[in-house]
Amino acid sequence: MSGKTLYDKLWDAHVVRQNDDGTALLYIDRHLVHEVTSPQAFEGLRIAGRKPWRVDANLAVADHNVPTTDRSQGIADPVSRLQVDTLDENCRSFGITEFDMNDPRQGIVHVIGPEQGATLPGMTVVCGDSHTSTHGAMGALAHGIGTSEVEHVLATQTLVQRKSKSMLVSVDGAVGPGVTAKDIVLAVIGEIGTAGGTGYAIEFGGDAIRALSMEGRMTVCNMAIEAGARAGMVAVDDTTIDYVKGRPFAPTDKQWEQAVAYWRTLHSDADAQFDRVVRIDAASIEPQVTWGTSPEMVAPVSGQVPNPFKESDPVRKSGMARALEYMALEPETPITDIAVDKVFIGSCTNSRIEDLRAAAAVIKGRKKADSVKLAMVVPGSGLVKRQAEQEGLDKVFTEAGFEWREPGCSMCLAMNADRLEPGERCASTSNRNFEGRQGQGGRTHLVSPAMAAAAAISGHFVDVRTF
Amino acid sequence: MRAFKQHTGLVAPLDRANVDTDAIIPKQFLKSIKRTGFGPNLFDEWRYLDHGEPGQDCSQRPLNPDFVLNRERYHGASVLLARQNFGCGSSREHAPWALEDFGFRAIIAPSFADIFYNNCFKNGLLPIVLAEDLVDRLFQETETTPGYELQIDLPAQTVTTPSGEALRFEIDAGSKHMLVEGLDEIGLTLQHADDIQAYEQRRRQEAPWLFRA
Repeated sequence: MSGKTLYDKLWDAHVVRQNDDGTALLYIDRHLVHEVTSPQAFEGLRIAGRKPWRVDANLAVADHNVPTTDRSQGIADPVSRLQVDTLDENCRSFGITEFDMNDPRQGIVHVIGPEQGATLPGMTVVCGDSHTSTHGAMGALAHGIGTSEVEHVLATQTLVQRKSKSMLVSVDGAVGPGVTAKDIVLAVIGEIGTAGGTGYAIEFGGDAIRALSMEGRMTVCNMAIEAGARAGMVAVDDTTIDYVKGRPFAPTDKQWEQAVAYWRTLHSDADAQFDRVVRIDAASIEPQVTWGTSPEMVAPVSGQVPNPFKESDPVRKSGMARALEYMALEPETPITDIAVDKVFIGSCTNSRIEDLRAAAAVIKGRKKADSVKLAMVVPGSGLVKRQAEQEGLDKVFTEAGFEWREPGCSMCLAMNADRLEPGERCASTSNRNFEGRQGQGGRTHLVSPAMAAAAAISGHFVDVRTF
Repeated sequence: MRAFKQHTGLVAPLDRANVDTDAIIPKQFLKSIKRTGFGPNLFDEWRYLDHGEPGQDCSQRPLNPDFVLNRERYHGASVLLARQNFGCGSSREHAPWALEDFGFRAIIAPSFADIFYNNCFKNGLLPIVLAEDLVDRLFQETETTPGYELQIDLPAQTVTTPSGEALRFEIDAGSKHMLVEGLDEIGLTLQHADDIQAYEQRRRQEAPWLFRA
């Protein structure tokens, strides 16, 4: 019998009961809650007269609707305000720990979970948000769920799940200078496609993944869902354990020793079999820029916008043509000829301290191009913001003409006041370039923080390696 | 939850791959704290010519005549025919809520995104996977035949075309049972409360750090 994959180990440790139809009842260790996908779940509990199964397994934060400007006056939009107030009220009445909008620990749910040690190696982690895959970077089994499942987890601390197939994405060798975790994951999505991971749990491995910091691994796992996989994960190693140590919710003393001994087993066995293996040569990855309306529509910065006439598959061809029309791009335009109106550095993909450092390193001593109407930096959490300010990064940004904002999801999905106007083109460190994602008619190009910073300075995309 | 056994309905073709949940229901409508009322804003950015905001009277808004659901012949459609990777993107259950509220009971596509697929079953909406060549043919037949209806039988796992041809689809037994019976999944799980408690007791011994309050 062959060995177990990391996914097998995480799955097996959480099976409460195997059902006859091939599904299993899976125990959930950590449930993260935010304001957008939870109100109907709490309402469902109330209607059915149910209580949360295990209150201390939940951690809540408002992130999608919160303003990134001055918060002293609260939220101006009454609909957004009601949603945030509803979360506050639900957490109060059910006794759930919440970092409210004015808590210094408030931030994007997928930033604060690891930051607080609230998501730990070996856990099952769920949240009513598809980017929950982020937490897989800890060596956890983490995936997004819908609101009915949010209610199910609240009421039972479990989910009825069917085991996915397993995929290993091995990024072999080392990436070149200026190539980041974001470029790796965009290149992976370009390779396997936005549905390539559907039905799979992806383990990211190989030297290039091992060499990443925890922040970088979170960026990679964050976008597993953009490759169609609900869960992405990375095996535990010293980098993981060093990151967790000393965090507020992390174990201490004897329990820490006990936990670490277990966490050290959280890797795929050498003889484990995967249902699919994808190998990518790290050295071949360049800084990436998306040109279309799906994350798989991506090109290296030295490349061009593709030509739909050269595509033979009719569904792909029409998809490309529609994307180019929406994006107002001509076929075969060099990527570096594309000018941007706005720059957004933030989101659960790229708003951690390392991301801000990478952007600041590019910007230091330079100025935003006059043609760029707005360049904004939205830290992932209050603690990331504070750390950046202690390092003087805020000054680097503001002196270059960037806006330095309060933490939240912001212009990744434009549920608050931060958004693109119709026709505006944005270099964005977020995760989705769908039509209208950053504002109706807005045009999004996904890039790394360093590439976004360089675009803000130049007014168009440039190869950050030669910048 | 509303049960799904048999359904016969008019088919509307949405001929695009990778239809994402931002397109199905744009973010501004996610601010609602209710489960209902999303139908008028289904595919909002494609369906209307103006910018939609919550609380508008959608009957007064200018419709996009080129969008398929606005065409007279597809009014009253309850079966959506779609392309691969339908429902990709976010986990928002507002997407199936909007489709259901609009009047759709089933969606047929060559593939669905995982989270969206699961969410459908919680809301009485049946996602049906058929092979790409069959979906291609249904697109052709729908477009060339006004009033084209499909007959869906979940217990039998068939989609029957107007010519009487029955196309078989696969679905896992558990999801089928939930939908056919319209069951409350939480109630079913709570029948196993003892198992959950036993698991927790064991885990508290093995991994006490997971239970720090």
